[in-house]
Amino acid sequence: MTRSEVEVLTGAIVECGSPLTLEELCRLCAVDSQRIVALAEEGILPGATGPAQHWRFGGAALRRARVALRLQRDLEVNLAGVALVLDLLDEIEELRRRR
Amino acid sequence: MEFKDYYGIMGVARDATEAEIKQAYRKLARKYHPDVSKAKDAEARFKEVGEAYEVLKNPEKRAAYDQLGSGHRAGENFRPPPDWGSGFEFSGGAEQGAYSDFFEALFGRAAGGGAPPGFGGRRGAAPGAPPGSRGEDHHARILLDLDATLDGGTRSIGLRVPHLDASGRLELRERTLAVKIPKGILPGQTIRLAGQGMQVHGGTAGDLYIEVEFAAHPLYRVDGRDLLLELPVAPWEAALGSSVQAPTPGGAIDLKIPAGSHAGTKLRVKGRGIPADPPGDLYVELQIALPPAADEKARAAYRAFAAAAPFDPRARLGG
Repeated sequence: MTRSEVEVLTGAIVECGSPLTLEELCRLCAVDSQRIVALAEEGILPGATGPAQHWRFGGAALRRARVALRLQRDLEVNLAGVALVLDLLDEIEELRRRR
Repeated sequence: MEFKDYYGIMGVARDATEAEIKQAYRKLARKYHPDVSKAKDAEARFKEVGEAYEVLKNPEKRAAYDQLGSGHRAGENFRPPPDWGSGFEFSGGAEQGAYSDFFEALFGRAAGGGAPPGFGGRRGAAPGAPPGSRGEDHHARILLDLDATLDGGTRSIGLRVPHLDASGRLELRERTLAVKIPKGILPGQTIRLAGQGMQVHGGTAGDLYIEVEFAAHPLYRVDGRDLLLELPVAPWEAALGSSVQAPTPGGAIDLKIPAGSHAGTKLRVKGRGIPADPPGDLYVELQIALPPAADEKARAAYRAFAAAAPFDPRARLGG
């Protein structure tokens, strides 16, 4: 924990314009493709339809993949459990929105 | 540094069995997991619980901690005894320096087993990595005010990032970045800052990815790219129709309230949501505000209205 630095940076929104391929999503999540394929086969990632080389992912898939991998790592939730948690989180979000 | 009461953090007795400790950890980890919990300090609590478990689940570390822990209270100033560290051997290599100073003083930086939870720890390019290798990508989540996406301003973002020092040791470094927020970014979207991840000597730096969430706004609620505004109107404005001023992110507008509107009527103002591509809409939900019957004149008006237009608000209750 040392010194501060200040820089002014301009970034781009990740999936804007071009959706992510399987390889890009793997890199963004820092896991090998087997882990992503497993999530896709569980139906967790929107955009994973058809053969794997045609998969195109948006921001929602990136977010879901990262949450899923964290849940697997931190809580040792299995794939079906992760899928269930993600669906329930979506539902809670929806209920909160409607209040 | 502060003494940490690992038993207190886990909510278990000092003589708790391994099974009890594991159970307590499981429960707390689920409760405070940052992806699941909405508690404000969830991330900090989750790390704290992870650190406590790291010590208490390991018989060697627990014994060492117990030997030293008796006679100390949580938060108390603490200094390891001079002969500390002899007679205990700790195994396992830490990946990130995300443990507390207290933990590191006792067990060293290399004592943690695996990445601490909640930190996104992952093996990156090792120090002294071969030339041409690529640094690890870093990830962070931030909470922005809604105005940042509406006007695309610059925001100062404080991050704690792991950094390899000259001797190749990992340390956490406080880093403040001024980031221009892309106008129209939506909750859950990610900003990529090229080359702002882990730096590697002789290699390419990784990227920094920042996932964006919005803090609650006093006027608008966010629903994807749409915004929702609750607008109070007087009963006559709703019943007779009127034109009222309504705030929108782009400035106040004259909003036409159709005659016969009621509480909960939703009006859509096209294109006045988050300025994404395509832009979201602003939904205005009407609330009927009741005028106070504060003086005799107002009370007389209420009575006259009741006499002129008989109305049973409970007709549908079948009473």
